[in-house]
Amino acid sequence: MAKFKKKQGGEMPAISTASLPDIVFMLLFFFMVATVMRQNTLKIENNLPFADQVEKLDKKDLVMYIYAGKPSANYRNYGTETRIQLNDDFADVNDIAAFIAAERASKREELIPFLTTALKVDKDANMGLIGDIKQELRKVNALKINYTTKKGSVMDNN
Amino acid sequence: MAKRAAPEVNAGSMADIAFLLLIFFLVTTTIETDSGLNRKLPPIEDNVEPPIIKQKNIFTVLLNGKDQLLVEDEIMELKDLRQAATEFLDNGGDGTCGYCNGKKDPESSDNPDKAVISLKNERETSYKAYIAVQNELVAAYNDLRNIRAQGLYGKSFVEMEANLNDVNWPGDKTKLKADLEKIKIEYPQKLSEVQN
Repeated sequence: MAKFKKKQGGEMPAISTASLPDIVFMLLFFFMVATVMRQNTLKIENNLPFADQVEKLDKKDLVMYIYAGKPSANYRNYGTETRIQLNDDFADVNDIAAFIAAERASKREELIPFLTTALKVDKDANMGLIGDIKQELRKVNALKINYTTKKGSVMDNN
Repeated sequence: MAKRAAPEVNAGSMADIAFLLLIFFLVTTTIETDSGLNRKLPPIEDNVEPPIIKQKNIFTVLLNGKDQLLVEDEIMELKDLRQAATEFLDNGGDGTCGYCNGKKDPESSDNPDKAVISLKNERETSYKAYIAVQNELVAAYNDLRNIRAQGLYGKSFVEMEANLNDVNWPGDKTKLKADLEKIKIEYPQKLSEVQN
């Protein structure tokens, strides 16, 4: 019978964990880069009104945003009248048609009928402007709209 | 003095720190979804003859520049609007509507299919008042649909719509869709806005 030599310290060598942080950081960076949180920089006050009969607006890539409200404190040189904001800049009612066309051009053709226009309007805006916006939208046949609101009782609006 | 080698810092806990960060950001990030009132604008059509609607089938809501509400030529508070609209829609004056629970007042709407709500606002009306009125009118429709759905299928209309949009809902979606359609036909949303 062969005589087995007793191993010296029969433990497995420890696996180096020094590269684990790198792996985890890689994950962290991946999620940080992949998460899209693009929000337009608002140049207007955008205090949405409350409503409780709301429907969710999912599929963010199918939504076009139109903002309206008073210019915020840093942009007072644009006056205190309610203004429209498209993308990152103030706009005029006449610019809406071009904006919708540009948004449509950037989407795949089969998705165009499902596009919704979300109106994010400050609660102190007046309806004259909204009426004009809606009229413009009708002209370019963008008929699905959504009045974006916060969830809450309508009685809190005042 | 002899230079001593610096002792190596143990990097094993670095992974824990990074994981902690990762989990913190995962938990705190809320990808918020917008929600709001969905509406559909009428397409522009030239020279369309306006349909003839009996006066009693129109429920006029007027919102003036000072955010005051005039409903059927009477001043009304916002909190009473939902009730008034519900009563108007559910009236069932001509008796053809078997599922209506209204008073069957001959002076009010014939049936939910014929009942039209007409909303007019002025340029000076504030957006918040407009949204509040829109919300109450949608609520009136939803209330009626909920009651009807509860009677037919044992769950509310809003719940059924939520189920339809829920990917994980196990039931038969084709049937659900048909059920929803049926209720939508029984209480069609006929909300017309006056152009100004």
